Amino acid sequence: MSLISESQVILDLDYPDRHQATRALAETLVADGRCTDLDLFLSDVRKREEQMATGLPGGIGIPHARSGGITTPSLVFGRSRNGIDWGAEDGPATLIFLIAAPDGGGDAHLAILAKLARKLMRKDFRQSLSDAATAAEVVEIVEREVVNA
Amino acid sequence: MKFVGVTSCPTGIAHTYMAAESLEQAAKDAGHEMIVETQGSAGSDPIPQSVIDAADAVVFAHDLPVKDAARFAGKPTIDVGVKRAISDGPGLIAQAAAAAADFKANPAKAAAAAAAAPTGGLATKVDSSASLGTQVRQWLMTGVSYMIPFVAAGGILIALGFMLATFALGKDGPVLITAYDINLPKDVAHSIMDSFNPLSLTWWAALLFRVGVAAFGFLVPALSGFIAYAIADRPGLVPGFVGGAIASTTGAGFLGGLVTGILAGLVARWISRWKVAKGVRGIMPVVVTPLLSTLIVGGLFIVVLGRPIKALMDALTNGLNGLGGGSLVILGLILGAMMGFDLGGPVNKVAYTFATTGLATVGLATDAVQYKIMAAVMAAGMVAPLALALATQLRPKLFTEPEQENGKAAWLLGASFISEGAIPFAASDPARIIPASLVGSSITGALCMAFGATSPAPHGGIWVSLLFGNIFGFLIALIVGVVVMAAIVIALKSRDHSLAAANA
Repeated sequence: MSLISESQVILDLDYPDRHQATRALAETLVADGRCTDLDLFLSDVRKREEQMATGLPGGIGIPHARSGGITTPSLVFGRSRNGIDWGAEDGPATLIFLIAAPDGGGDAHLAILAKLARKLMRKDFRQSLSDAATAAEVVEIVEREVVNA
Repeated sequence: MKFVGVTSCPTGIAHTYMAAESLEQAAKDAGHEMIVETQGSAGSDPIPQSVIDAADAVVFAHDLPVKDAARFAGKPTIDVGVKRAISDGPGLIAQAAAAAADFKANPAKAAAAAAAAPTGGLATKVDSSASLGTQVRQWLMTGVSYMIPFVAAGGILIALGFMLATFALGKDGPVLITAYDINLPKDVAHSIMDSFNPLSLTWWAALLFRVGVAAFGFLVPALSGFIAYAIADRPGLVPGFVGGAIASTTGAGFLGGLVTGILAGLVARWISRWKVAKGVRGIMPVVVTPLLSTLIVGGLFIVVLGRPIKALMDALTNGLNGLGGGSLVILGLILGAMMGFDLGGPVNKVAYTFATTGLATVGLATDAVQYKIMAAVMAAGMVAPLALALATQLRPKLFTEPEQENGKAAWLLGASFISEGAIPFAASDPARIIPASLVGSSITGALCMAFGATSPAPHGGIWVSLLFGNIFGFLIALIVGVVVMAAIVIALKSRDHSLAAANA
């Protein structure tokens, strides 16, 4: 099952705040039907951010939600040269992973997101995404390291 | 060193797993072993108890309450939010290693510290974000799990009392002994406080019996109280216990207890959420909430709910007493299947509660239907762990290494009538274990009824077998079920193994 396609990669994500950035990332899920209710999904993500910002040390932001607006577990990858404040103590996030899970989805679906989350802790994985030159390369890395691993 | 941990977060799709990875990596880098149970939304594989027992320290990195935290009790524990584990895995591992070393050097101090640590009071198994159906199930499970120790203590004491009474007074001992009581000012000859004689078996029988009855008296109140506690937290305890005690007195039994527990929980939760003036707020939890909720629950039950529930309970008891040979075997089959279905889960507990509450009926003959039901339920509940122990012994290659370890423990758990010993197997392979368990347990339940074995003891498995009637019938029923289930497990597992090998 594919988690990400080239249209779900934004290599020049530059917005003044994380909510606008999240919207831009989420919009990529609407075109191919992965997200059927953008506003619902965005409000679910926002709820999660309000509980506790999802920025992590090392310039990472992982906005995420389980939402009725989502049909397929999906990843949207965004890279920001200037960084966007994601609430982490050590500075803005340059690598942003928007993780979308359907409400209730089966274990198999959620297991792949679990695998992705574990990968995010690997420096080499993050570095290779940081270095990727094209969207195709990002998709290839995720497919190789997460989906088919 | 060996560590175990639990991670969880509100959404259960990202932080839970990142934290687990961070901890496992940090432990590995520092030369330790660590297994983390991710209590996230992709389902969690419980860490085998044997692994927990072998661990030197525990790390909880969680934003939700740790599920079944009691499994980790008594270990040096580092307790932090999930984000700490992501941002500082190595730091937590170092802390865990230090705590483990300190614990080894000075176990007494460490144990005292662990006991004093704020654990959030009594454990409940309720996840407030779950669906209503799940929540109701969790309420009931919380009540049942707190009730069972009362059942075990009281039931075994009563059974031992009956056994001694039989030795002391002959066949009618169990009936005669009920004439004795703790304090009978008008009948000193039967009053334990006045006339206890340590050299007389009869008095010991009377003593065990009466202490057991006292413990058994908490069965319905504890059930009701802790259901209410699961719903409303502390404010639920008072109306729950009182409502349960009233249900007991009115003869509404455990059905009544279920009703008072849920009612008390809902009422207490409602009242404790009232917005009240500041001056009154201080006395709400101590005076107002318990007063009002107890009055409402107790009053409603006595005046409105008690009569229909008692009628239902009486119909149930009369129905049981009227059951004859063939229908008893079918009842055994059904109860056996329920015991084997979810191995300690709600269906299993319903069958078990049904059996134990039968024991509370006063003045039963030694071959009463209630005792036969208890024997059938107990035997059926022993099948799954014993069969899996047997299967891992016979064909270890079909099982993973932790499963083989579990298999050894399952002998003891099964023999003690702890069905939960089979859960690690069923959790990892439900499609094969559950059907096998259903078949084996229902065969045992039916056979046990057919042989007419009886058990006056509600718990204890093989350790209380001296109390059984027709112990050989009990054992044969048990062994047949165990062998059948083990054979099915082995057959299913090896078929799929060879299929997998052929496809590989």
